[in-house]
Amino acid sequence: MSKRVLYLIPLAVFLAMAAYFWRGLGTNPQTIPSVLIDTPVPAFSLPPIDGRDVGLSSDDLKGQVSLVNIFGSWCVACRIEHPFLMELRASDTVPIHGIDWREKNRQAGPSWLARHGDPYTLTGDDPDSKAAIAFGVTGAPETFIVDANGVIRYKQIGPITADIWKNQLWPIVQKLRGE
Amino acid sequence: MTVELGHFSLVLALVVALVQGTIPLLGAHRNDHDLMMVARTAAIAQMLLVGIAFAALVHAYMVSDFSVRSVVMNSNSLKPMLYKISGTWGNHEGSMLLWVLILAVFGGVLAWFGGSLPPALKARALAVQAWLAFGFYLFILLTSNPFERLVPPAVDGRGLNPLLQDPGLAFHPPFLYLGYVGFSMAFSFAIAALIEGRVDAAWARWVRPWTLVAWVFLTIGITLGAWWAYYELGWGGWWYWDPVENASFMPWLAGTALLHSAIVVEKRDALKGWTVFLAIVTFGLSLLGTFLVRSGVLTSVHAFAVDPARGVFILALLLIIIGGSFALFAWRGPSLKGGGLFQPISREGGLLLNNLLLSVAAAAVLVGTLYPLVYQAITDGKISVGPPFFNAVFVPLMAPLLVAMAVGPLLPWKRGDLSPALRRLWVAAVAVLGVTAVVWSQVTDMSLFGFLGMALAAWLLVGTLVELAGRIRLFRAPITDSLRRLARLPRSALGMTLAHAGLAIAIAGMAGAGAWKIERIQVMAPGDTVTVAGFTYTFEGAQPTRGPNYIATRGTFTVTRNGKPVATLEAEKRRYPVEKRETTEAAIHPTFWGDLYVVIGDQKNTDGAHVTRIYFNPMIGWLWAGVAVMVIGGAVSLSDRRHRVGAPSRRRADVFGGATARS
Repeated sequence: MSKRVLYLIPLAVFLAMAAYFWRGLGTNPQTIPSVLIDTPVPAFSLPPIDGRDVGLSSDDLKGQVSLVNIFGSWCVACRIEHPFLMELRASDTVPIHGIDWREKNRQAGPSWLARHGDPYTLTGDDPDSKAAIAFGVTGAPETFIVDANGVIRYKQIGPITADIWKNQLWPIVQKLRGE
Repeated sequence: MTVELGHFSLVLALVVALVQGTIPLLGAHRNDHDLMMVARTAAIAQMLLVGIAFAALVHAYMVSDFSVRSVVMNSNSLKPMLYKISGTWGNHEGSMLLWVLILAVFGGVLAWFGGSLPPALKARALAVQAWLAFGFYLFILLTSNPFERLVPPAVDGRGLNPLLQDPGLAFHPPFLYLGYVGFSMAFSFAIAALIEGRVDAAWARWVRPWTLVAWVFLTIGITLGAWWAYYELGWGGWWYWDPVENASFMPWLAGTALLHSAIVVEKRDALKGWTVFLAIVTFGLSLLGTFLVRSGVLTSVHAFAVDPARGVFILALLLIIIGGSFALFAWRGPSLKGGGLFQPISREGGLLLNNLLLSVAAAAVLVGTLYPLVYQAITDGKISVGPPFFNAVFVPLMAPLLVAMAVGPLLPWKRGDLSPALRRLWVAAVAVLGVTAVVWSQVTDMSLFGFLGMALAAWLLVGTLVELAGRIRLFRAPITDSLRRLARLPRSALGMTLAHAGLAIAIAGMAGAGAWKIERIQVMAPGDTVTVAGFTYTFEGAQPTRGPNYIATRGTFTVTRNGKPVATLEAEKRRYPVEKRETTEAAIHPTFWGDLYVVIGDQKNTDGAHVTRIYFNPMIGWLWAGVAVMVIGGAVSLSDRRHRVGAPSRRRADVFGGATARS
């Protein structure tokens, strides 16, 4: 009897682990910590997206507080976030730079921006996740607040809404500008 | 055309795997020899078909066929041929194909050479292999097809991460995969044994060499990765406890435990359930290593959102394979009859202690790797587990393991006594004191970790040699007699001695490099000198240079010691224009007691001054040398005649044939 229980332990432990994983999938990924907070932006240099001349490199992020937004034409949540980024751009509060991530075809990103509007000051093309890996991006959309010295200060996982902007990101941007 | 041929072969392999997974099982159940023999034909067919598929993909990379998506994404016409070829498996799709290729080759080899295996066990093991292959063929064909065409074709490829354009890394994944997949054989045998309800010495005799092969490859693979990190990443470190490294280390720990527990099954007919369990765990961790980590699921839950089809498929596959095996284990495991009994102080007891410590170590790495995720799932809090956790857990586990490693081989089977064994180890104790004294006199930085590591290394190395000396009766018999005994020593015993001694040497390297590394960062103008660990470095200036697909700045340093020239070092900082990435190429001059290691950084101003980082990494060469000795030990043990085809019958022939041959 006790022997039978002993042989059941691996299965029980494994199922418990699997259940945790499954639950982990459902939990809010905003709680993922980023080890990159308070470290300088890793050096990267992205080419421009199709049809443009200027890309985005880590040196562009120095000089003033800016947002770096990871997006992709394939990303549904980015589409949801997009109108708010357009509003931000219209109000000219803070420069937003875009990283066009994992496009399967070179035209997809530019035509997406042509159709829905372009909120970005500079946009880099990152089909192979080079900058995305350097930033420790786990999914799109994600937005990093980078201070004037090019140091990552905050990571927002998931779409920015008016509410999140007002209560979380905007206060940080203001504080960093005061530094 | 060849690309379609490859794709078609893979689909055929899927069908063959389905046949191989069903008919031989039926045959084994009914004891129908013809049905069981289907496994042999099917396994060889699978090996050929996947071989064709893989060759087709390699061909597409070699000729830079930019109508294939995978080639466009990961290759470039400018790349050297070696890296075009290695680009085949430097990406998700290609690496999956390599994975199933290795699986099919192992299956084919078992089918071809497994003649002396009991036919039912062989048929069942091959059927289990076929089910594994079936799952992964389906995964590749449905979610990660490397043969996908791109319409219209691209003009040139988007290159390969320049960090990956390196011999160390070109062969790192294949060796890791050989290790991971190699453990599938032990797994298949374990499942076959559970279906059959019998584990015996013959079973262990078959499982052990396969596990040993996998262990040797995995050891090489992990070390290539560490070596690459050491010379390429430019930090002078070689192990970072990051999830990808942990993922390869966990199956290594579990596999090492399996290697030792299988000995107990073979020699003493005990620990059967535990060995079967370890075989399942080792392969389960290998799967975790290949899939969860590579796909990013482990490091980030978000990867599912990025590519849900792959993520869910992988998770389902893992759930079925590992969960199914553990369910089978819970159902059939209790019927495995245990044999030999033993006392805690005995060879078996020592091996069991080794198993416990290695398993706990593997579990600790697993927890450390998964903990951030699990913690977050429970509490919504944030935590990050880094090297301090692993060092804090690992050192207390490894220290007793290394102490016991010197004692265990001196104990007899079944029932032993500690005191005679310990008495024989007095030389090792003297060595510990001697090494500690020497280190004490040499270093200025009192590191407990360093002293402990050096002392343990001395204990283990000398302890292992004491065991060898006892076997060959060194100093007790005439030296010619001892040498004759050495030559006649079973290869498996010699292999153990080498593997244990190799570990001791590697531990010395880890301790030295970990505790007494020296690092100097400075700005140097041409002509400036700096002295690190007694070596004087003169910066001779930096020149631009170019390679086949990169441009570089090459800094030249001359090194002298007490005025005598030692070496000229050329460190490079490379820039790959296609990939828009930079890499550092450290200049390394290995010496017996440590490596001189120089990295050149950014130019500081117009007069040619550069940031330079200069390291002295003491004993690091011992780490690589020690691992090489371990691997040689594994290979020597593999060549033991007991593992060769038809060994039992041949050994019997030897008993009668040996005398006549000598006379």
